[in-house]
Amino acid sequence: MHDISTHPVAHHAPPETFIRKYIFSLDHKVIGKQYYGLALVAVFIGMGLSWLMRLHLGWTNMSIPGLELLSKNGAPGGIMTPEYYLQLMTMHGTIMVFFVLTTAPFAAFGNFFLPIQVGAEDMPFPRFNMMSFWVTFVAFLVLMASFFAGDGPSLAGWTQYAPLSAVGAVAGPGQGLGEVLWASSIAIFCIGQLLGSLNFITTTLDMRTRGMSMMRLPLSAWAWFITSVMGLTAFAVLMPACILLILDHVAGTSFFVPGGLVLNDQLQPHSGGSTLLWQHLFWFFGHPEVYIAIIPGMGIVSHVLIANMRRPMLSHRVLIYSMAALGVLSYMVYGHHMFVSGMNPLSSLAFSFPTLIITIPSTIVVLIWIGSLYGSKLRINTASLFALGFISMFVSGGVSGFFLAQPSIDIILHATYFVVGHFHLVMAVAAIFGIFAGTYFWFPKMFGRMMNETLGKIHFWFSFVGAYCIFMPFHYLGIAGNVRRYQAFVDDFMQPLIPVHKFITVAALVTGAAQLIFLYNLIHSRWWGEPAPLNPWEATSLEWSTPTSPPPFDNFGGKHPVVYHDPYQYGVESSTGDYVMQDSPEKVQSALPEEA
Amino acid sequence: MPAKTGAGLKPEFVYEASMAKIFAITIVLIAIGSAIPIVLHTWYLPQDISTHGPLIDEQFSETMAEAGISFLAAQIILAAFIWIYSKPAAGTKIKTFPGGAMGLVIAAFLLVGTEVLALGAFGAKAWASVYFTPPAANALTIQSQAGQFAFYFRYPGPDGKFGQIHPELVNEGSQNFFGLDLDHDPAAKDDIVTAEMAVPVNREVHLLMHSKDLGHSFFVRELRIQQDFVPGLDVSVHFTANKTGKYEIVCTQLCGLGHYNMKAYLEVMSEADYETWLKQQATMQ
Repeated sequence: MHDISTHPVAHHAPPETFIRKYIFSLDHKVIGKQYYGLALVAVFIGMGLSWLMRLHLGWTNMSIPGLELLSKNGAPGGIMTPEYYLQLMTMHGTIMVFFVLTTAPFAAFGNFFLPIQVGAEDMPFPRFNMMSFWVTFVAFLVLMASFFAGDGPSLAGWTQYAPLSAVGAVAGPGQGLGEVLWASSIAIFCIGQLLGSLNFITTTLDMRTRGMSMMRLPLSAWAWFITSVMGLTAFAVLMPACILLILDHVAGTSFFVPGGLVLNDQLQPHSGGSTLLWQHLFWFFGHPEVYIAIIPGMGIVSHVLIANMRRPMLSHRVLIYSMAALGVLSYMVYGHHMFVSGMNPLSSLAFSFPTLIITIPSTIVVLIWIGSLYGSKLRINTASLFALGFISMFVSGGVSGFFLAQPSIDIILHATYFVVGHFHLVMAVAAIFGIFAGTYFWFPKMFGRMMNETLGKIHFWFSFVGAYCIFMPFHYLGIAGNVRRYQAFVDDFMQPLIPVHKFITVAALVTGAAQLIFLYNLIHSRWWGEPAPLNPWEATSLEWSTPTSPPPFDNFGGKHPVVYHDPYQYGVESSTGDYVMQDSPEKVQSALPEEA
Repeated sequence: MPAKTGAGLKPEFVYEASMAKIFAITIVLIAIGSAIPIVLHTWYLPQDISTHGPLIDEQFSETMAEAGISFLAAQIILAAFIWIYSKPAAGTKIKTFPGGAMGLVIAAFLLVGTEVLALGAFGAKAWASVYFTPPAANALTIQSQAGQFAFYFRYPGPDGKFGQIHPELVNEGSQNFFGLDLDHDPAAKDDIVTAEMAVPVNREVHLLMHSKDLGHSFFVRELRIQQDFVPGLDVSVHFTANKTGKYEIVCTQLCGLGHYNMKAYLEVMSEADYETWLKQQATMQ
């Protein structure tokens, strides 16, 4: 049991000035909203870039009106050059992975709700927390600056393989200044994530209120905790890797460039570096990163589903252990990105087995979700639709992992659209469905108003059907041998696949446009939505026990909640109905037999 | 402005069984619709022209069967539960899945565990057939060099030896793509450098891979070979093509603005045609 007298509480007075309230705020809730806002800006930029790429892939050399305003050299007359396609592609991937998929489900929702779900007043290091957001914001500005600096952003893809990323401007447009800006942006981003992770870990371990044992934490809190431990180790590797990359540009070092390379008939002044070193460092971060993007989604979706199924999951512990197993295993599988990289073929087999084994905890999570639906009382609303959609997407994207986990099959699918389909479904679309589920579910708590359910459902239907129309055909293209990262398909072989590309482009335009419904709903509901009840979903965890929505600056109005129950006491008979709040002292007989 | 919120406002719930049913039907339709092009082979693996390919293709088909069944089963059960449990009768109590969490965990370990171990074990065999057997002693050795944005190939000539590569001598203008020292290196003199790759059918080829500048990759879909060129580290693959014809070699490792256009052709010829081709290329040096 937790003793409140030894509780290291981060007391801070209510903010008074405008700057402290809304800009350099120390309040985790404001910081969470700032992260959400940043992710929202980033996701629409990233989506806009994907529209441009899709138009160009469907109708090569079409003139896109207005594109020349973004870059005169990159798109003369609105027609995208081959290098500009790659530059937009690099920015799409970088923005989406770092500033959306890492920022929204983890930093935004985690900041807002983790301290409340553990019953704390704030995070233990509010200044670090403020810094983590503003550092991330600076990282975003640095990345955006590369659009307008020199000959544009880097074209080396979000994976930034050396030596393309390391030899400098001689490798192509954007590989000089644009590349240094990319590496600087990501190094700065890592600092923000490290500070954030530190806060998340200490919040979970030290700031839990009386009665809140680790096993009484909601699944969302567990997911953020596991993610923050991963963030601390993964970003700590990416940051030095980016610094070494910058040094290769500005200090004449050769960390990632071997000797004897000839570009433009010029022998490069480098020697002794290793190109595979970059891949090892990058993927040691990169694979955990995909779990950093998806585990918060798993936690959020579980949390949302439980409230809407009116029952706890079949097993709280098994879900927690499975998410932790995913986190641990994610460090042992990263080599599956490098099966054909020239790494020792024996290593490929060594990385293949943990990659296949990681499907076991993933399967357990899915089976627990589906098994928990059995015998539930499922409420259909936008939040639960997105949560169920998440499961469907996660399964669809997950099964293609069976193929890519095997080096022998990777020979034919590596670097094709099959991979693009796989990771978009399993980490991008699924994670974004998790963000949507979280948004529709928690919006009433964050802003004190309800979102419009009708618009929400329209948004869901376009997103669900649309995402399948976009990403399922990617798998077929890949099986047929369509290579990714090509700006046009000049090869005779890929010509017959162009109609599929056109179909995908149309689907992407429609699905993307439907996201404007979400944006409208978000903005309109923020100011003019129906006032929200304190606990609109009849949910049990501590965020629904705050005295107001949004909660006061110290979350519980000068009090510390005391926790009496496991987080999900649904399906019981109590004075309030079929649930008991976590901080209610009411004794109830659980409707479910004790879990094994 | 924060809205007025409070305990006075009561949530109301209406079970939306009809939307749940439409959702369940949609999931099933999407699942079946996704499987149709796979079953019909609308877009499928290109023909295989290699001796090691059948093992890979078989592995692919088995994986497709297992992944496909898992995919359809999971989606259909998800849809069924959404359909059934979205309209509980008044007073219904929550029920627990037979066997509970432990049953599902054991099922996951047994089913998925055996599935992935089997795939892993058989897949390792297919992988070993490509990478763990040394090339035959009489294999034809060819070197491929990748650079922004072209492949070049080199045949050792009558002496069977490749001349040494001198990076400082590489010069595209004088067509010295490999940086050969023709004045001082006798082994280099009879080397045959080509822009197209020709190999005799049914003869093993040992391909030495050298990168001139950046990371590139050698991918021939029909040959079931994909291997990166690693700058600073020469790697090799070996294969036997067993069907004559002309196939595309494409670069699959992002190498700069011309990446999409970096390709060459692989021509698999009869032994006699190959000899004629090689002689003809030798005269063009």
